[in-house]
Amino acid sequence: MQKLESQVGVIEKVVGPVVFAKNMTGSSMYEVVKVGKLNLIGEIIKISGDHVVIQVYEETTGLAPGEPVFRTGAPLSVTLGPGLLNQIFDGIQRPLEILERESGFFIKRGKYPDVLSKSKKWHFIPTKKINDYVQAGDILGFVNENPLLEKHGIMVPTNVKMGVISKIVDEGDYVIEDEVAEIKTDDKLIKVNMITKWPIRKPRPIKRRIDIFLPLITGQRIIDGLFPIAKGGTAAIPGGFGTGKTVMQHQLSQWADAKVIVYVGCGERGNEMAEVLERFPQLKDPSSGLPLMYRTILIANVSNMPIAAREASIYTGMTLAEYYRDMGYDVALMADSTSRWAEALREISSRLEEMPGEEGYPAYLSSRISEFYERAGCCEVLGSDGRYGSVSVIGAVSPPGADFSEPVTQSTLRVVKVFWALDTALAQKRHFPSINWLTSYSLYKDDLNSWFDTNFASDWSALTKEFMQILQQEEELNEIVRLVGPDALSESQKLVMEYAKKIREDYLMQHAYSLTDSYCSLKKNYKMMKLLSYYYTKSKELINSGVPLSKISSLKSTRDLSRMQMVSNEEFDQFYIKMEELLRMEMASLMEEINLE
Amino acid sequence: MSKHPTITKDFSTVTAISGPLLFVQKTQNISYGEYVELLSSDGVLRRGQVLETSFEMAIIQVFEGTSGLNLKDTVVRFTGEPISLPVSSDAIGRTFDGSGKIIDGGPPIIPKEKLDVNGSPINPKSRAYPTDFIQTGISAIDGMNTLSRGQKLPLFSGNGLPHNDIAAQIARQAKTKRTEEKFLLVFAALGITADEARFFRKSFEESGTLNRSILFMNLADDPPIERILVPRLALTTAEYLAFEEDYHVLVIITDMTNYCEALREISAAKEEVPGRRGYPGYMYTDLATIYERAGRIHGKKGSITQMPILTMPNDDITHPIPDLTGYITEGQIIVDRGLHRRGIYPPIDVLPSLSRLMKEAIGSNKTRDDHREVSDQLYYTYAEGRSLRDLVAVIGEEALSERDHLYLHAAEMFEREFVSQGRYEERSVEETLDIGWRLLSNFPESELKRISPSTIKKYLPKSTLGV
Ligand SMILES: Nc1ncnc2c1ncn2[C@@H]1O[C@H](COP(=O)(O)OP(=O)(O)OP(=O)(O)O)[C@@H](O)[C@H]1O
Ligand SMILES: [Mg+2]
Repeated sequence: MQKLESQVGVIEKVVGPVVFAKNMTGSSMYEVVKVGKLNLIGEIIKISGDHVVIQVYEETTGLAPGEPVFRTGAPLSVTLGPGLLNQIFDGIQRPLEILERESGFFIKRGKYPDVLSKSKKWHFIPTKKINDYVQAGDILGFVNENPLLEKHGIMVPTNVKMGVISKIVDEGDYVIEDEVAEIKTDDKLIKVNMITKWPIRKPRPIKRRIDIFLPLITGQRIIDGLFPIAKGGTAAIPGGFGTGKTVMQHQLSQWADAKVIVYVGCGERGNEMAEVLERFPQLKDPSSGLPLMYRTILIANVSNMPIAAREASIYTGMTLAEYYRDMGYDVALMADSTSRWAEALREISSRLEEMPGEEGYPAYLSSRISEFYERAGCCEVLGSDGRYGSVSVIGAVSPPGADFSEPVTQSTLRVVKVFWALDTALAQKRHFPSINWLTSYSLYKDDLNSWFDTNFASDWSALTKEFMQILQQEEELNEIVRLVGPDALSESQKLVMEYAKKIREDYLMQHAYSLTDSYCSLKKNYKMMKLLSYYYTKSKELINSGVPLSKISSLKSTRDLSRMQMVSNEEFDQFYIKMEELLRMEMASLMEEINLE
Repeated sequence: MSKHPTITKDFSTVTAISGPLLFVQKTQNISYGEYVELLSSDGVLRRGQVLETSFEMAIIQVFEGTSGLNLKDTVVRFTGEPISLPVSSDAIGRTFDGSGKIIDGGPPIIPKEKLDVNGSPINPKSRAYPTDFIQTGISAIDGMNTLSRGQKLPLFSGNGLPHNDIAAQIARQAKTKRTEEKFLLVFAALGITADEARFFRKSFEESGTLNRSILFMNLADDPPIERILVPRLALTTAEYLAFEEDYHVLVIITDMTNYCEALREISAAKEEVPGRRGYPGYMYTDLATIYERAGRIHGKKGSITQMPILTMPNDDITHPIPDLTGYITEGQIIVDRGLHRRGIYPPIDVLPSLSRLMKEAIGSNKTRDDHREVSDQLYYTYAEGRSLRDLVAVIGEEALSERDHLYLHAAEMFEREFVSQGRYEERSVEETLDIGWRLLSNFPESELKRISPSTIKKYLPKSTLGV
């Protein structure tokens, strides 16, 4: 270290977030450097001879040619250990709460407080004993990080192939830098404490990827029902401004059944982070009743924070997600918005005067996007106990002019398995979530169908298929109406239109801010489908016997169907019984009427 | 004000001038972003900022433009400091030009502080989420796209549309339930015409707003590149007064389209690879450094609410200027040409308009308990009516059902009675909601699906038309 630090380079040129420096012999790609008298953190992104190019993670105003550049010899890394949850960091993991305490409400440059508290004591309970054989990933003991994550595993470092525990502390309270164990390997003695560093651009190793398909249950009807995502899966939410990307990601952060949520606010609004910070501590986890913030980590590089840190932010978030996955947990990572990350990449690339590709993005855009999504997945993690963990990734995409043919959307669609296409026209009609049911898809649907059918309800997938078919038919019938008017439709076609309308308005729509409907349990979801489908089956019989649709539509029961959303999850069972009964009775008496005539 | 005496460095090695840019050679220790003064033979003092710096060369953007400068006589004075602005509450009631010079003939102002005009990002952890309802007295806004204190909500308009009237009406009427607080208007003009400037000034004078306003004026015949600076002067002043002196500041910036043109001009002169339609690839981030300077902060009394105005080229909402703005701001109010042609004022099209902060700004102890449901139902009703209107255009009215006619009629009524109002008509939010109910009372209860039975019972007036 000493030797490296004596190697001081010199700034040659400053262009926005990019700094050119010389006298940098021996530096390596992605090495972290401290730039200028202001001591700003940067990362080497290009080397040629003893000249390097540095992207600087903070505002560069005031830097001048001639100022020094100090090497650190290490790549950009995050700090891992207990205490990450319930925190907000910037794109390079500076803890924003401590920054606020130290320098006030405007973010100051050149300050790098400790990521995790060095004085906080954690209660460590060992799970291994002296002379136990261990390998990378084995859990040496747990600390209780918080009531929602009581078992934060302290793991054997990833570089230990095989070793034996030569020392392990007793149960008790320790700070993160206290040594908790010693492992003897063939050639070394490795001391383990509760804190590790990991370079953000390097995926944390796993044992193997596995193909098991469990749904990530989100409580959002259209997702769980029509376009589900698997645990460890990847999804993209593209949409123009104001179509509901952020609201959806907030919804998923609140309700998805993951153990840990990492939310990366990447180049978006400051108030949206404030909203999470104010709301999540008050929101209760549906199963435990504890504040949701306990399972959440926020990474914030809002739109007026430096763009190089924006480029780093999604890797910072991903590495934290992988760390909790490695303990054997299901983690969901939200990135809002990956377009801003891509734009940061583009801006830096253009300052480097690289050859621009499509729309000015660098030629490596699409490989960077796929490398990022590749880090998602369901896997057997390191360790001898065969634990499973997963990282699901949900990325928002903000296409210019809401035109999905642009490079970021297209490159993303090539790698993700779920596509929730947000539709400006639907959003303007206040049909939320504005997921377009005709263009969206989930490639997990077939695999997850069997889970839903065996574990939940045997006709789940049949119902969702019926819904999709009706919506498709509606589209075709709409075409006829547009050409020749509604009179051209037969009664049974009109019924299809009516049914489709009910599916859209009473099932697909889901108000994020509704107390009763923001979260829809699988049970409520299923029973809503059942009721609607029942309505259709019965109505079809009536229509076939000559009952006009208008008669059916004016029944109390069919109108009351549209109030389903206002019924809470808890009350839904009862509602369902009553509703089905009412439908049955009213429809039966209509049938009687017609038979009498 | 700075602790160290400023060391300035003079260079007369200008080797090239291109558009608004100046290239100076053999510069030493010039820092990125620093403030520069240019002395030239025509005696005009010009100001600039360093955009790029190396041992060989510094590139400078000149706010007053380079016309009249030559290579030989131009002396470049580097100040070693970022561009800063003296601030003080004495600025209230005063008018400045686009460079921050007093132009109202009044006495000089003694600054309390000198602040870097670029500001610093607010720590997201320090932000307080906006929740205070601002009543503008305009139904299309208060009822359907509620403005909240600390929000950034732009007007998207087009040439020749009455966005100025709307902005002036908002400036005149905006109020919150709390009356004891200190209000302030900061107005930044970017390349608007002298007529428009007079209109605003007169309107502020008439309503008595002028003595609690601060005006920064860059007019159509003022230097275009200066428009890069003007919003930053306005917002630096606003930040000081909001967060140091507890004012609730409403910042109106018009026209942001001219700001973006200036940005494009500089980018073109630097020969950067252009992004969409010639605007620079970093325009999103650049605009964010303006728009994000709004909000509230925990533990501070004041706030900054921003209302930028922009004219959409060709009324095209997918044009990069409105598009990138919409991606940063917390919604948008759309001023629509079709409605304007049909004589509706304010011609606000509520469907593509949006206020993202509405949900926290409305409800029982803010506006009224029925607000969300009424606005949801009105949205549904109006959207339904509008799409039927499109259908009628194709297949004629005969094919419509009874129910369809109701919706068609309601859309018409919504525009004529709810949206439409006088330029000096100030409606309370309760009046606004009552108009909404009147409209909804034409529907059978079963159509009011977005409203709970209990709310219907409480507010639905007995129908006059009946169905
Ligand atoms: N599920 C929902 N329920 C109710 N309202 C919604 C829902 N989804 C979106 N909205 C409404 O749409 C608005 C815009 O949503 P959001 O902020 O998520 O858009 P966005 O796609 O993230 O836009 P941008 O790209 O500009 O960030 C919200 O403020 C809210 O009013
Ligand atoms: Mg968003």
